[in-house]
Amino acid sequence: MTPPAAPPGTAAEPDSPAADRPLLRAAGLHKSYGATPALAGASFSIDAGEVVAVMGPSGSGKSTLLHCLAGIITPDEGTVHFQGAELSALSDSERSRLRRGDFGFVFQFGRLVPELTCLENVALPMRLAGTPRRAAEGTAGEWLARLEVSDTHAKRPGQISGGQGQRVAVARALAARPRVVFADEPTGALDTLNGERVMELLTAAARDTGAAVVLVTHESRVAAYSDREVVVRDGRVRDLGAGAAGHR
Amino acid sequence: MSISHTLLGLLEAGPRHGYDLKRTFDERFGHDRALHYGQVYATMSRLLKNGFVEVEGFEAGDGPERKRYAITDAGVTDVGRWLTTPEKPEPYLRNTLYAKVVLALLSGRNAAELLDVQTAEHLRLMRELTRRKRDGDLVDQLVCDHALFHLEADLRWLELAAARLDRLAEELRR
Ligand SMILES: Nc1ncnc2c1ncn2[C@@H]1O[C@H](COP(=O)(O)OP(=O)(O)OP(=O)(O)O)[C@@H](O)[C@H]1O
Ligand SMILES: [Mg+2]
Repeated sequence: MTPPAAPPGTAAEPDSPAADRPLLRAAGLHKSYGATPALAGASFSIDAGEVVAVMGPSGSGKSTLLHCLAGIITPDEGTVHFQGAELSALSDSERSRLRRGDFGFVFQFGRLVPELTCLENVALPMRLAGTPRRAAEGTAGEWLARLEVSDTHAKRPGQISGGQGQRVAVARALAARPRVVFADEPTGALDTLNGERVMELLTAAARDTGAAVVLVTHESRVAAYSDREVVVRDGRVRDLGAGAAGHR
Repeated sequence: MSISHTLLGLLEAGPRHGYDLKRTFDERFGHDRALHYGQVYATMSRLLKNGFVEVEGFEAGDGPERKRYAITDAGVTDVGRWLTTPEKPEPYLRNTLYAKVVLALLSGRNAAELLDVQTAEHLRLMRELTRRKRDGDLVDQLVCDHALFHLEADLRWLELAAARLDRLAEELRR
């Protein structure tokens, strides 16, 4: 995979190994919705190939953090660096190119495009990144097979089960070989067996492709698929194991 | 877990030597904790005395591990009774974690931190079991899942306790 060119004015070197710095790093994020503070000084970092679980009570700011990290919303204060480039310094079109090429997304209810077949859904991010149709659909077919849902090829999202839809969504998130997968409660709508299988497939595929995974979940059995966990509490990110001094 | 019933149950499939019984037990049910030879002999001599097993032969050499044991009819009946009697569910009412939280609050220590550190420790073990499950066969998966669901229950309680810490502190002050 060819990483996108570094935006002008940054010292990013996309081809250098990320050994000495995190792939994605956020510092001092603040975000309020009106008078409601969602993030109040949240910091976070993740290395290439790492799976980090983001846990914490409902309303603590997990989704807001994930959206800031992915450049979907802009924080009021603080910075997010991806491969050395600051997201807020990018133009809108550069940011959306990043979201299409380098980031993959899995949400609780899959959020597939209802008018497209499952194969077309999985091929979509690759098509948007400029891959020709046949190549994109070929790769999409392989990913559907890998997620054990080859039989959904020609079906539309309305014609498959929730568990199948979730697997299609994971295939879509990974098929474009993103550097970071953002998953917000990816198993929230699934039973135990299906949830575990989706986690197995997601983390195995991420390991194989070297993608980092930011995994928002409130289920400990899902978080147990990660390499480490952080907890969002009152809009800040804490590292549990370090005790009270564990602010990162 | 009843070691004597489990060993007796293993004998139902056919006679075994003492060392063979220990090895099979460890493989099937031991997981992190292997049986001591001492436990096996003590258990087998009790079963002998109760007439649930008999010694069927000896292998050349010395020591109780060379004895070959066979189950008796009384033994088979006893295994059957054990298998069909439901286990008493663990009441879980006495709990070290709860005691620690209360004592931390009473002594003015940081109970929230105690809960956090415990949560991290539980999650560490859950991560390890999840890895073992991934690399293991169906038997490993079932055993690890059993442990994972119990740890998950503890974690839910830890979360609930953390959310109610202020109220608990207030009640304890009364
Ligand atoms: N679009 C929005 N408009 C207004 N308030 C919002 C919006 N999104 C989130 N909030 C508020 O910001 C806070 C953090 O919300 P967020 O969605 O990040 O929490 P969360 O940790 O993901 O919760 P959950 O586990 O329930 O998904 C909450 O108080 C929420 O009500
Ligand atoms: Mg959320």
